[in-house]
Amino acid sequence: MTLPVALFAVVATATAVSALGVVLSQRIVRSAVWLLFTLVGVAVLYFLLGAEFLGAAQLVVYVGGTLVLVVFGIMLTAQGPFDTLTTRPAEWAVGGTLGVALFALLAHAVMGVEAKPAGDGPLPGTGPLGVAFLGDYLLPFEIVSVHLLVVLIGAAYLARAKRRAKP
Amino acid sequence: MPEVWSSIAPHPWNLVAAGAAAAGLLFAFVGGSTFLAIWAERKVSARVQDRLGPTRVGPFGLLQSLADGIKLIAKEDFAPDGADRFLFRLAPYLAFCAAFCGFLALPFGSGLVAEELDAAAFFVLAVLSGEVFGVILAGYASASKWALFGGIREAAQVVSYEAPRALCVVVPVCVAGTLSLTAFGRQQVGGFWNWYVFHDPFTFLAFLVFFVTATAGCKRAPFDLAEAESELVAGFHTEYSGIRWSYFFLAEYGSMFAVSGLASLLFLGGWHTGVLPFEPAERYGYWVGNVLNAGVFITKCWVLVLVMIWMRWSLPRLRIDQVMETCLRYLLPTACGLLVGVCLWQLAVPAAVGEVVRFVLAFGTLAAMLMLFASLLTPDGDPTPRGDLPGVWAGRPTPLTHPLSRGGRR
Amino acid sequence: MSELGPTPFLILAAFLFACGVVCVAAKRNAIGILMGVELVLNAANLNLVTFARFDPRFRLEGQVFALLVVVLAAAEAAVALAIVLNFYNTHTTVDVDDGNELKG
Repeated sequence: MTLPVALFAVVATATAVSALGVVLSQRIVRSAVWLLFTLVGVAVLYFLLGAEFLGAAQLVVYVGGTLVLVVFGIMLTAQGPFDTLTTRPAEWAVGGTLGVALFALLAHAVMGVEAKPAGDGPLPGTGPLGVAFLGDYLLPFEIVSVHLLVVLIGAAYLARAKRRAKP
Repeated sequence: MPEVWSSIAPHPWNLVAAGAAAAGLLFAFVGGSTFLAIWAERKVSARVQDRLGPTRVGPFGLLQSLADGIKLIAKEDFAPDGADRFLFRLAPYLAFCAAFCGFLALPFGSGLVAEELDAAAFFVLAVLSGEVFGVILAGYASASKWALFGGIREAAQVVSYEAPRALCVVVPVCVAGTLSLTAFGRQQVGGFWNWYVFHDPFTFLAFLVFFVTATAGCKRAPFDLAEAESELVAGFHTEYSGIRWSYFFLAEYGSMFAVSGLASLLFLGGWHTGVLPFEPAERYGYWVGNVLNAGVFITKCWVLVLVMIWMRWSLPRLRIDQVMETCLRYLLPTACGLLVGVCLWQLAVPAAVGEVVRFVLAFGTLAAMLMLFASLLTPDGDPTPRGDLPGVWAGRPTPLTHPLSRGGRR
Repeated sequence: MSELGPTPFLILAAFLFACGVVCVAAKRNAIGILMGVELVLNAANLNLVTFARFDPRFRLEGQVFALLVVVLAAAEAAVALAIVLNFYNTHTTVDVDDGNELKG
């Protein structure tokens, strides 16, 4: 058992347990915290795989941005302290069966992937990525940036302060 | 770092040993700096307010933080009734972990870094942005109005200030053409006019904007609206006590040192003295040179942290709407403009003009600093006699000089 | 890393994907569903990076698409939260089971 394997085992277990926590915890804020651990675990896996820029992007976008936004949303939509919306057992049964079946299917498909001889050396770093974004992948890059602008305006328009309907 | 350990331990264990040593050293640095910075904060604030500050514990009150620490550890560690205990206990650790992990990619010298990353500048920013999550969680889990308001303010403020902060980091990155902080340090070798802060007017302004946004990102006064004690009791840490409360302070000072380190690497020449025309780690050998390097780097961090402390005790706190307006209406457009400006400067300005501007900026700043120090050292006229009032109040009666009080003393 | 092979990473990604789907199916809180979607996107991303690492043909492409997915996920979260806030403003709840006025 070499060091990368041991590290992978630890990080993967932590990530999987946190992902279970997201699903199983009843309080929505706790789900958010478990999601934080999952996202950080995935970022660490990116670092393990050698994709440093992507790991840092994952941290800054998810942990610093999306997750803060999610908790902000939870705070703004909470009616009482730590209120919960419990899932009915029947829904658990359906969802759980669906999840297990899906996992079995995906795992079966994954087992069929034959290991290619991995290329040596680290993954292409920041420089090649930047060149790729301004070269071969300029069109998706531009589409994504225009998309972000549209989302910025749309989200601000949707979430602007309005008169609240009487309950 | 692992190369040193390869001679001592076999393959997987040299990496483990290097990691443990790096973590231990960084933890010692963060802990020790916080220890001294809290003392410095109290001393500086006392001098600003014409007091003495801590004097009793140790020489110059240096051990005051230790006494405080013992008191904090001995205090009862409780969570309010109705709080979410798990999250309440977790939040300080999250905040501290985020601040601590920022140091993983900060080089203290040439090759003296815990983990050499290709995208180190980006990584430090990314990890430091995680600190806000601990604070928001603390605000929410406390089940207290004051803490919740503090948490919401912190969320809005820090997420907003992240945008201009990241844009200001991109400005020197455009000049250097790399995201690796070690490469940043190596490029700024030689005289202080080679530091990127003096590269052109845009990087100079970017440094100032970065410093302001970094101060706000560490929720330091004048931007400490998350814990504004005049409005919110103590903001997000209202309900915290004892050792958990002190973790928040460890996180705050840790992130102050991390952003100061980032600023000195990106703009202020990193570990270079600014006078030696060579790289000390190459001339004097890895260890001797890097001891010098680390000393210079830590000194630069300390200078920036002291400026933050100075700002905190000199400037009044902004209102929350003013904080947001400063960021979104002024700092963000400024940062965007600086980014465009530095790109145009790189493309359009000829090298000779760039050199002249660089020297004008560098020596102009040096002259301004020297004049400032000279004005501080020269005494301003004859000091006011003891018991009299200075300036426009001169000659007015005080309790000591008032004829009635003099008469009544008898 | 090369002795590990892609399979463990892919299985972990499959697990995250399944968790995300269960989250979307079982949670009643709209923000919980949003978190499930984030999990699904992360699982897909992990797959992309794994293939970037273990298949010499996709060394750059895997990372490029993963970065695009990260950006789009952030955009999706922003819009979804805006919609949730709007929903809360009109219904004073975030229970998605209450949003059934359009039912025929």
